[in-house]
Amino acid sequence: EKASSDSNSGSEEEDSMSEGEMARLMEEVEEKKKLIATMRNKPWRMKRRDAQQFVDKFEGALGKGKGRKWFAYKVMMTKKWIKFQRDFDNFKTSCIPWERKIKEVESHFGSSVASYFIFLRWMYGMNLVLFGFTFGLVVIPEVLMGLPYGSIPRKTVPRPEQDTAQDYSVLMDFNGYCKYSVLFYGYYNDQRTIGLLKFRLPLSYLLVGIGNFGYSLMLVIRTMAKNADVGGGDGDESEFTFAWKMFTSWDYLIGNAETADNKYASITTSFKESIVDEQENQKDENIHLRRFLRVLANFMITCSLGGSGYLIYFVVKRSQEFANRDDLSWYEKNELEIIMSLLGLVCPPLFETIAELEDYHPRIALKWQLGRIFALFLGNLYTFLFALFDEVNSKLEEEQDIKNNSIWIMKEYYANFSRLTNDTEATPPPMNPADVIRGPCWETAVGIEFVKLTVSDIQVTYLTILIGDFARAMIVRFLNYCWCWDLEAGFPSYGEFDISGNVLGLVFNQGMIWMGAFYAPGLVGINVLRLLSSMYYQCWAVMATNVPHERVFKASKSNNFYMGLLLLVLFLSLLPVVYTIMSLPPSFDCGPFSGRLKMFDVIMETIDLDLPAFMGTLFSYAANPGLIIPAVLLMVLAIYYLNAVSEAYKNSNNELKKKMQLVRRDSKRAAVESSSLSAEKLLFINPGSSRHCSLFVFHPGSRRREEPEEQYRQHQPGDERLGGLTAEQILHPASSSSSTKGWSVKSDNNGSTYATLGEKVVERVYKFLKCLESGKNVQKRH
Amino acid sequence: MGNKQTIFTDEQLDAYQDCTFFTRKEILRLHGRYHELAPHLVPMDYTNEPDCKVPLSLIVNMPELKENPFRNRIVESFSEGGDGNLSFNEFVDMFSVLSEMAPRELKAIYAFKIYEDLEKTLNRLTKEELTPEEVELVCDKTIEEADLDGDNKLSFADFENMISRAPDFLSTFHIRI
Repeated sequence: EKASSDSNSGSEEEDSMSEGEMARLMEEVEEKKKLIATMRNKPWRMKRRDAQQFVDKFEGALGKGKGRKWFAYKVMMTKKWIKFQRDFDNFKTSCIPWERKIKEVESHFGSSVASYFIFLRWMYGMNLVLFGFTFGLVVIPEVLMGLPYGSIPRKTVPRPEQDTAQDYSVLMDFNGYCKYSVLFYGYYNDQRTIGLLKFRLPLSYLLVGIGNFGYSLMLVIRTMAKNADVGGGDGDESEFTFAWKMFTSWDYLIGNAETADNKYASITTSFKESIVDEQENQKDENIHLRRFLRVLANFMITCSLGGSGYLIYFVVKRSQEFANRDDLSWYEKNELEIIMSLLGLVCPPLFETIAELEDYHPRIALKWQLGRIFALFLGNLYTFLFALFDEVNSKLEEEQDIKNNSIWIMKEYYANFSRLTNDTEATPPPMNPADVIRGPCWETAVGIEFVKLTVSDIQVTYLTILIGDFARAMIVRFLNYCWCWDLEAGFPSYGEFDISGNVLGLVFNQGMIWMGAFYAPGLVGINVLRLLSSMYYQCWAVMATNVPHERVFKASKSNNFYMGLLLLVLFLSLLPVVYTIMSLPPSFDCGPFSGRLKMFDVIMETIDLDLPAFMGTLFSYAANPGLIIPAVLLMVLAIYYLNAVSEAYKNSNNELKKKMQLVRRDSKRAAVESSSLSAEKLLFINPGSSRHCSLFVFHPGSRRREEPEEQYRQHQPGDERLGGLTAEQILHPASSSSSTKGWSVKSDNNGSTYATLGEKVVERVYKFLKCLESGKNVQKRH
Repeated sequence: MGNKQTIFTDEQLDAYQDCTFFTRKEILRLHGRYHELAPHLVPMDYTNEPDCKVPLSLIVNMPELKENPFRNRIVESFSEGGDGNLSFNEFVDMFSVLSEMAPRELKAIYAFKIYEDLEKTLNRLTKEELTPEEVELVCDKTIEEADLDGDNKLSFADFENMISRAPDFLSTFHIRI
């Protein structure tokens, strides 16, 4: 092995190395290692070999001798750890699914459409983890260690319903056998511990419910923080219009000829639009008319939002009446879900048409549109929730009656039994679970509502794709042969993929899952299946039936926007769940918290009974308002302080920038006056042939050199000469000494000049510096 | 992943993983792609570091680069002599810089090389659909917007300052392979 063979030859040297030399050598080795670690971020070509040889040689040497064995051992363990990390990273990347699929979509439709699929994949990952928590810690223990179906009242279908319990239509409504299964809250038993392992199911149920939110919150915020880095500053958008159009409008992911043609066309159009804007400097024809139109548009939209909210409330009230009847048509049973999905389909295009009145810049118009759709979905969701709460309250009242009723009936049953058998000593068998009178169990009812909503949402989405995209594409393709006008270019043509609509749909679906998962643990599983099938279905639909967008669509800044929406939706779905946990009493005869006054009492019980005594006192101290209020105050002050600090940093940043600009301007001016080189800045790149390479920018005119890389630097900062050459020496080498170490200069076929470190040759800088001296104008190059 | 492959030594693979943003599997896959471009030219066994280069004309026909208006400039910027013939090292280097994981600063350095000539860049981008006056207007406006130190040219510092604010740069200057 290289290290040992080198160290053998070096072993003679090492005896003679003093302590100081060893320390210095160790430092150098560390530096080199740091260099290797950051190598990828620098534009060097694979020249790490030198550094690596250096490290190998001297690390081996350092490892020999007394007392150095520990160092060698440490080095070996570090190497193994790095290798392990690298293998683990490799493994992680190979686990990411659907890379090929997304790449295909990307090359056909560009990065913005693909960003939707990447978002979908991210959601799938998050839901998979939530599913793991819920199933692993709640459902599986109940199934394995809890009582089986039919043993206690809450787990059995009641006698009156048993006839229809297996009917398809009843199952589709999630009644019958579905209702009394692990899918819903009501099935779970309230025994404090179950099974051999003494698994505390009620505690686990509550903690998993809260943990779902906690995990989702942490994940969303972490992703937002990562994206914030990418997003760039909130700079003035119009600051670099032409520059950004020129340098960042082409999407390098495009690999399809048709998409490329579209992109060329849209870029050209976009340039022409900006040129026209620049040349004309439009004035507002009529500010008053425009303002009036905008106010009118907002008024109409607010009206339609209010109208849709009222419609939903009305439909929920009607569905409560329907619940009392038995002879319902399919439409009447699913009216609520159908209306909500239809509103979600019809309103966004309506908003878009109304927004034509407003005449905003397209990017601003898109933001308004997204905001309005968000308000629509939010309003609908919350109206639905309020109506649901009404239902819950009425069920709670009902429960009181039924509770009294069922206790009375139980007493009756035992009285009858002892009378009939004439034997007062025998203990009566417990009543058949199917006969016990059951409470209304509002939690399961709420869970059922959410599951029905999710399922109908899935159905509507898939149907829309099937009809709106697939059927449309079929019609356009096949009817085109026998139609008067060109269907493909004219009216229906092929659909474009609606990114914002789909992303918002995904976000709100997730909100519903978060809200409903506490009452219906099976909902997370349903969602995982839905996301999985969505991925394949939508990928197929996009490739088979959609065409690339005509307009340039900048989606990158929206990434954090969608994450922000998700965060907001997360908080909004947290509120109802926390409210119910804290203030509503659980049902008396179903679910893991039955019999308690409040759901979170189970935590109090655990603290009292299972944890050591001092923890109980600790918690009671911690819950003292005298402690909580100062803590909250402290956090508020900390936020204020951090805010102030970040403002200060921003200000000092701006000051530094201004200073840099001033300094550059001054030095330019000074250089132009004093030097004979009225030169440009040159970018010098080593083509990589010599051993030592560096990339630097230098201003011969300003006599100042900027070196981004520090490797093999042979000069101290502030040294005003180029590798020991003054400006004079470069241009008039006859008058200079020839032994200037370090720098060599050569040119390639294109007339660019390269200066490299490493050889002890001084050569003249070539003709274009001469051109600069003689005042000839250089092209609009760097 | 644990297969015995004979294309590279383990040390070489480690070196590639240090110098680029690719995993071991991706590097082997890249070698497959490189070999596909010119099967008679590129040896399968790289353990003794053969010195072969694939010519420019073959590289720009790759599906990832085929439709890119800057394909020639890109390949030339990563080649040693500016002639566009890439050795395997340079090939991997190119896709590493263009990959998702490369940082903004590194991409900016190479973008600067690629977009060297403003007029040619613009003409490639619009397939020469703009009139010469429009081309001149756009180039002038670009320099006006980005030039910080008033020298009427775009230096690397100006370019970097402008591109670091661009919201789309990282997502568009990205090739997935």
